Amino acid sequence: MFDASTIPDDLSSIGTVLSPMLPGDWRSMRPVVDREKCVKCAVCWVYCPAQCIVEKPRWFDIDLAACKGCGVCAAECPHRAIAMVEEVV
Amino acid sequence: MSDVIGAPRVVVCEGNEAAAIGVALARPDVVAVYPITPQSSLVEHLSQMIADGTLRADLMNLEGEHSVMSALQGAALAGARTFTATCGPGLAFMFEPYIRAPGMRLPLVCVLVTRDVMSPQTVWGGQQDAMIVREAGWIQMYCETGQEVLDTVIMAYKIAEDRDVVLPVNVCCDGNYLGYGVTRVEVPDQTSVDAFLPPPDVNWHVALDPARPMAVDPLTGGAGGIGPRTFARYRKGQCRGMQNALHVIEDVHEEWAARFGRRHAPLVEEYRLDDAKYALVTIGSMTGAAKNAVDVARDNGQRVGLIKVKTFRPFPLQAMVRALSKVDAIGVVDRAVGFGWNCGPAFQETLGALYHTRRYIPAVSFIGGLSGADITETHFSRAIARTAQALAGAPPDGPVWLNEND
Repeated sequence: MFDASTIPDDLSSIGTVLSPMLPGDWRSMRPVVDREKCVKCAVCWVYCPAQCIVEKPRWFDIDLAACKGCGVCAAECPHRAIAMVEEVV
Repeated sequence: MSDVIGAPRVVVCEGNEAAAIGVALARPDVVAVYPITPQSSLVEHLSQMIADGTLRADLMNLEGEHSVMSALQGAALAGARTFTATCGPGLAFMFEPYIRAPGMRLPLVCVLVTRDVMSPQTVWGGQQDAMIVREAGWIQMYCETGQEVLDTVIMAYKIAEDRDVVLPVNVCCDGNYLGYGVTRVEVPDQTSVDAFLPPPDVNWHVALDPARPMAVDPLTGGAGGIGPRTFARYRKGQCRGMQNALHVIEDVHEEWAARFGRRHAPLVEEYRLDDAKYALVTIGSMTGAAKNAVDVARDNGQRVGLIKVKTFRPFPLQAMVRALSKVDAIGVVDRAVGFGWNCGPAFQETLGALYHTRRYIPAVSFIGGLSGADITETHFSRAIARTAQALAGAPPDGPVWLNEND
């Protein structure tokens, strides 16, 4: 395996370890699925650019660790089953 | 150009061809160019060598200089020794990837066949383009002769790839005067150059290489977290590389002299300076005529000398302080203007070096040779006389424009 420790750390900026941050760490709006309205048509699943839609027995839900809150799913849902809710700390 | 490999020989060629011969002897893997009309003849010579098979390199004809510099960065990250040449508007178009290369610590070599900057409309020589980018982080070495262009191009690879430097190098070759000036040039043989210049050592520290997986140039900086100190560490390292370059440039020139018998002043050349009362400061190809004018003035009893700056980036502070400490007045001749200070850029930086001599002496800024104008021996004789007046207590109010009455 490549050992980067021999390279001076003030030369060229390189990354050899994965960042612990996930897209969900900087999301400002969170998609929330209304389970009553969801008919499992999978339009959200098709459109999600980060592929973070998760299939449940009766509805589609969101993997919030991967979702960056872009809102495409809420905009595309033909049944208005997804609402974007502000993230608060 | 038929064959650059073989015994040492003497050719008569223009400076652009001398540069091309130097490039070929350095055995680059990738040459990327934008073949604008008119591109300097430098890359025409190179593309001919590649077409003839005397230079085994990939020639990339790209759609613009921005792509040229970007492609060379990719090539360097893959381990290739690279070359390009540009000037003026091409350099301007290259700017975004150009300013990125030093921070990525890519040891590229690019000849600037220097050219004045439009407008007023011009296609002629001058050093304005190179002076504009003097804070981009590239090493800049300005040459005096076609021979020095050839020798410096080869040395540039050794300097750039030195592991204490790892920075891109511009070899500055005065447009028209050096680029198209035809002179006698000694061509070293390939075996000797191979012994001088090791194989490419380009991507040991940053690479596009499946065997060494890494993210190249990830985001740093910002207001908090580890970002600010990470950015500062890399920037400081870049500055350290530039300062290291000063002694590496000296060492490489010394080795060149030992191997090939041609000694070029690496940072600053002192000419007839030891008993001088005052001196001209010159940069680039103008220096030959200036030395002639100094010789004539010396014959007439004037105690004048000359300080030639070869390495302008990094600025050779200690060498300049040593030279400036020997005289009581200076006249700095620039082939470019500094709009911020109403004087030549080399003049302004010489004033910065004078501070480190702890002496306050008369200094005159001469601006000449713009847009292809010739700075003749007569112009330099006038500059010498005007500097002598300044020494006697009558410095001019502003810059002296050498060609304004031509």
